Amino acid sequence: MMSQSADQAKATGHIVVDHLRVRFGHNAAMVEAVSDVSMEVKPGEFVSIIGPSGCGKSTLLNVVAGFVKPSAGRVTMDGKHTDRPSADRGMVFQQYSLFPWLTVRKNVEFGLKQKGLDANHREEAARTLLGLAGLLAFENHYPDQLSGGMKQRVGIVRALATSPRVLLMDEPFGALDAQTRVVMQQILTNMWQRFRISVLFITHDIDESIFLSDRIYVMTARPGRIKAEIPISLVRPRTPDMALSPEYLRIKQQLRDLITEESLKAMGGELKDSGLAGFGMEVGPQGVAELI
Amino acid sequence: MQTAASLNLDGEQPGGQVGGATEGPKLVVAPKPDAGAAAASTSSQLTDTPVRRIAAWLRSALPKVLTTMLSLGLFVAFWYFATKYKWDFYIRFTNIPSPGEVLDNAAQLMHSDKFYNNMYVSLRRIMIGFGVATVLGVALGLLIGQYRVAKAMLFPVFETLRPIPAIAWVPMAIMLWPSNETSIVFITFLGSFFPILLNTIHGVNSVDPVLLRAARCLGATEFGLLRQVVLPAALPHIFTGLAIGMGVAWVSLIAAEMISGQYGIGYFTWEAYSLIEYADIVIGMIVIGVLGLLCSGGIRLLGTALMPWMAGSTQGGQK
Repeated sequence: MMSQSADQAKATGHIVVDHLRVRFGHNAAMVEAVSDVSMEVKPGEFVSIIGPSGCGKSTLLNVVAGFVKPSAGRVTMDGKHTDRPSADRGMVFQQYSLFPWLTVRKNVEFGLKQKGLDANHREEAARTLLGLAGLLAFENHYPDQLSGGMKQRVGIVRALATSPRVLLMDEPFGALDAQTRVVMQQILTNMWQRFRISVLFITHDIDESIFLSDRIYVMTARPGRIKAEIPISLVRPRTPDMALSPEYLRIKQQLRDLITEESLKAMGGELKDSGLAGFGMEVGPQGVAELI
Repeated sequence: MQTAASLNLDGEQPGGQVGGATEGPKLVVAPKPDAGAAAASTSSQLTDTPVRRIAAWLRSALPKVLTTMLSLGLFVAFWYFATKYKWDFYIRFTNIPSPGEVLDNAAQLMHSDKFYNNMYVSLRRIMIGFGVATVLGVALGLLIGQYRVAKAMLFPVFETLRPIPAIAWVPMAIMLWPSNETSIVFITFLGSFFPILLNTIHGVNSVDPVLLRAARCLGATEFGLLRQVVLPAALPHIFTGLAIGMGVAWVSLIAAEMISGQYGIGYFTWEAYSLIEYADIVIGMIVIGVLGLLCSGGIRLLGTALMPWMAGSTQGGQK
């Protein structure tokens, strides 16, 4: 089952976002969340989208998932419209989204049950996956009995169980503490390398995006547009030590400058109002970045 | 499987170990009974024998048992003296049966088939009325809560009928239904239907939307969503509705039996008044109370059995 999903993934999971525009509301109250975004995730690729908060990156992901209808443009996976949610696009949410009334194993089995798999096969598949994530000992626990990091690991395993072609992740580690977050990034990398599926990952954490991604898209402040596309050529497997390498630091500096610029734009109005604007302009973007 | 397991050891051991370390404290907490036992054994070896433990439990429970008995004892003593001396101070105890008379009559009724039949008839009415209310209330509640069309079509009717107490339906029910029996069951149904319906709707409305989105991403169909996500997510609220509904069902049943019944424990109580068997009134009241209590207890037990995850979460909250 696993080798099969690995082979299948090599050729599929190709996400193409073509001149996407998303607007909410009508007339005067209309807000443009995503403005003319074109991007892609190649089969088996790990792509991150990073940008200031409120830049529409989650909206973009929700269009790919099929929850939000685009106002213009289109999103396809392997040539097919993603106009409704489907099990071939697994999703991991920022909030813990495990079903509290199901045990860990039953949560993982949920998608397989929808596929009509019989109980024995479901259990076998769920146990194999839980074993890979080091969660087998907790298969009969309820989500409320788990730590935040474990819940999110179950969330990833649950999304992978249906052998999706792409994994969509909406700031999945945003609610975790820094140490757990680093561990989770390693686990995710391991799972991704094992399954070789495409990943579209939303984050606002620069280190996280560099550590995980093959490619990073930087989005502008609202309305969200693609500001830059940055390939990450750091060798894999990546280790925490790489955070000190010159290449890593160069990419980090570049990303930080890009995002600071956008954050400043996003906060421009607020800064002016608060009387900090003058101060901010004097010390320049770097200084305000510290201030933020 | 073999290769996967060994791969896992090579590839993920570091992550797994660190994960275990950072998430350690929370995990230690999870097996609570063990932690408690460990604490007990380290704190004192003397408390570790079963006899001593029971003794310790009795010691801690004793004050509460004593105060409960005292409270009930004082109540019965008041009843005893009030009826013995036929107190008459605006409230009149002149016709009220004494505890002794009640006990005597109860001993006789223990051997009366008619009395048991009355209990059986009332319980059967509750089971049918409450059962239908549960099925309809939960099903319609799920539909109204989940689908705008269902809400637009059904909710106005229910909102109009809801403020009318079930008892007010008695004359109408007698005209509507072919027999006395069905109209009493109908009244019982009406009493429990609205609490169950409204709590189910409330439960559906408070389902975390992220759970619905997660289920859709996992390939759930519309019906699967309703049955496998909305229903279990709303279950705690539904059981609140069932508990309230059971209480109102008894209120409605007893009133309906007193007005239009033949048989039933409410009828028995009213008949006792007509026949000047005043001690039987008290027995009827006590039996109604006990049966109501048992039914509510049954609902609670069913809730605990159907929602094992809730037990885990409250334990976590208490520690």
